[in-house]
Amino acid sequence: MTGIIQLRAKAAPLNRANVDTDQIIPKQFLTAVTRAGYGKHLFHDWRYLDLEEKVPNPEFELNRPEHQGSEILLARENFGCGSSREHAPWSLTDYGFKAVIATSFADIFYGNCMNNQLLPIALDNSQMDKLFAAVDADPQVQIEIDLPAQHVRVGEHSFAFEIKEHHKYKLIKGLDAIGETLELVAKIDAYEQQLPAWR
Amino acid sequence: MGKTLYDKIWDMHLVAQAGTDNLIYIDRHLIHEVTSPQAFAGLEEKGRKLRRPDRTFATMDHSISTKSLALDACGPANQLQLRTLMENCEKFGVELFPVGHKKQGIVHVIGPELGLILPGMTVVCGDSHTATHGAFGALAFGIGTSEVEHVFATQTLKQGKAKAMKVEVNGTLSIGVTAKDIILAIIGKIGHAGATGYVLEYAGSAIAALSMEERMTICNMSIEAGAKAGLIAPDQITFDYLKDKERAPKGADWEAALACWQNLKSDADAQFDTVVSLTAEDIKPQVTWGTNPGQVVAVDEPIPAPTSFSDAVERTSAEKALKYMGLEAGQKLSDVAISHVFIGSCTNSRIEDLRAAAKIAAKGKVAAGVNAIVVPGSYAVKQQAEAEQLDKVFLDAGFEWRLPGCSMCLGMNDDLLQAGDRCASTSNRNFEGRQGRGARTHLVSPAMAAAAALAGHFVDVRELDK
Ligand code: SF4
Repeated sequence: MTGIIQLRAKAAPLNRANVDTDQIIPKQFLTAVTRAGYGKHLFHDWRYLDLEEKVPNPEFELNRPEHQGSEILLARENFGCGSSREHAPWSLTDYGFKAVIATSFADIFYGNCMNNQLLPIALDNSQMDKLFAAVDADPQVQIEIDLPAQHVRVGEHSFAFEIKEHHKYKLIKGLDAIGETLELVAKIDAYEQQLPAWR
Repeated sequence: MGKTLYDKIWDMHLVAQAGTDNLIYIDRHLIHEVTSPQAFAGLEEKGRKLRRPDRTFATMDHSISTKSLALDACGPANQLQLRTLMENCEKFGVELFPVGHKKQGIVHVIGPELGLILPGMTVVCGDSHTATHGAFGALAFGIGTSEVEHVFATQTLKQGKAKAMKVEVNGTLSIGVTAKDIILAIIGKIGHAGATGYVLEYAGSAIAALSMEERMTICNMSIEAGAKAGLIAPDQITFDYLKDKERAPKGADWEAALACWQNLKSDADAQFDTVVSLTAEDIKPQVTWGTNPGQVVAVDEPIPAPTSFSDAVERTSAEKALKYMGLEAGQKLSDVAISHVFIGSCTNSRIEDLRAAAKIAAKGKVAAGVNAIVVPGSYAVKQQAEAEQLDKVFLDAGFEWRLPGCSMCLGMNDDLLQAGDRCASTSNRNFEGRQGRGARTHLVSPAMAAAAALAGHFVDVRELDK
């Protein structure tokens, strides 16, 4: 996997709180046994008027022509709450999103992003207000994300964001987490040696 | 400074510190058909081994039918998922409890039932309700599929340490008020995302008085407050539950384990980042009115007006929820008619839940126009219920009696609601579309669900108990 460093793209506004994993990717699409192809089902209930996904819902924010091709998703509090299904980030990345900027994220979803090169950025509500306003005023406006510098810029606004060092490192390098841990196999062996029988 | 229970379990499992990452050892890894196939595929692609198949246990629960034991009963996609799990377990040497097996059931029901989950363990599963197992004083949490693969290959996980929150519930519950009502009241108080970034420890006299099954109901829904995990310190009730369970330690191992478990509690001078307190006497039977579990009121209280929320985002959220739910502010839930009842899920499908529901069901018949199903959490629960003739009570009252599985909790099988259906459900999520596109879910306790089935609308179960 290649890493994320800088991103300059337009953003799709999803001005909602508590966007849960059942909305991001409903259960009927969890029967696949592969990681690919979930993008067309992203936000299924909101996005389509029919079950066959033939009739897009014209009211749904992401269906508006001006938001097509967006690589950044804007949302509010507690994005990704609910299930641990990694199908949620799989569907967002398969759709074409590379970053989600929201007021806050649910823990499991946030962790899942790190394993899928999807950059979650938390900003406070007033900063989110400015981002939503900028996209509202000009849907084509480019939002710039600089991960190493931990900055989001739009127009004259510039916001710093926080991200843990190891998360940042992982997103930038696109590391194989398992490969890294396997280098510590001697420590795992030693740990197992001293385990009591009941565990 | 003293340590919290969370600190103690954490310290017991620290394998290595790699930079800002902590490598944590995983004692038990539970898997099911939905979130494991891509992880097995990942292992194979890289030519990696499953490090500890003996610490890995698999069941089928999400995609199976509750009407038939046939693997193809819910269509080819579900069947492929189930077959893939069978093949993977075979190939990697993982013990599997498939459909029809005496030990099969919902992953969070069978783990405890078999004695696989012990105090002081770390337990993970590609499923957010893994928090259930915290009832044993085990650090248990849901993980994504990439992490499932990581545990397969290394039996460890990279973790950051969460903050600690103590949730104290003191006092005595009123008749008709259950563990489900406690946890819904807690989530109502701290909010749907109120515990994000925290591990919760439930404490206080009302928690100490609960049975293991009730404690599981509480811990199960920790994730619905956003928490990483929920814990309850093990005590004599825990030890009594585990003693002689099939996979629990025996003889000298049991004694050694007990000696360790006695120390598994937060020290008196342990510091929590946050403390929340509730009084058991204040808790009434709860019903959710919205589309997240924090949007909840007592059954005898009116649905709040969106304007009563000072936070703008919460206000919009409430407006959207009421619209989706087809409800109005000020309405009383006891006036709201229902079309469906679901008694089941990893929150409330254990024997005590079924007993509580059956006690109410015995008082009447399912109201005309209401479709009510009871889905035991496991094969063992089903057998026990049938030995007690609870199935007869349900069937006589007009409920359906099904085979164990997740069923209508998320409807990955054919137990699905249609748009506009309104369901009193003992499950844990009332999200939009959770039980079917456009379907409306109200979370309640098993007794409240059974009472709603008989009345055709929500009722205050305390009235029936008089
Ligand atoms: S019963 Fe519901 S919440 Fe529990 S594991 Fe199954 S689908 Fe998930």
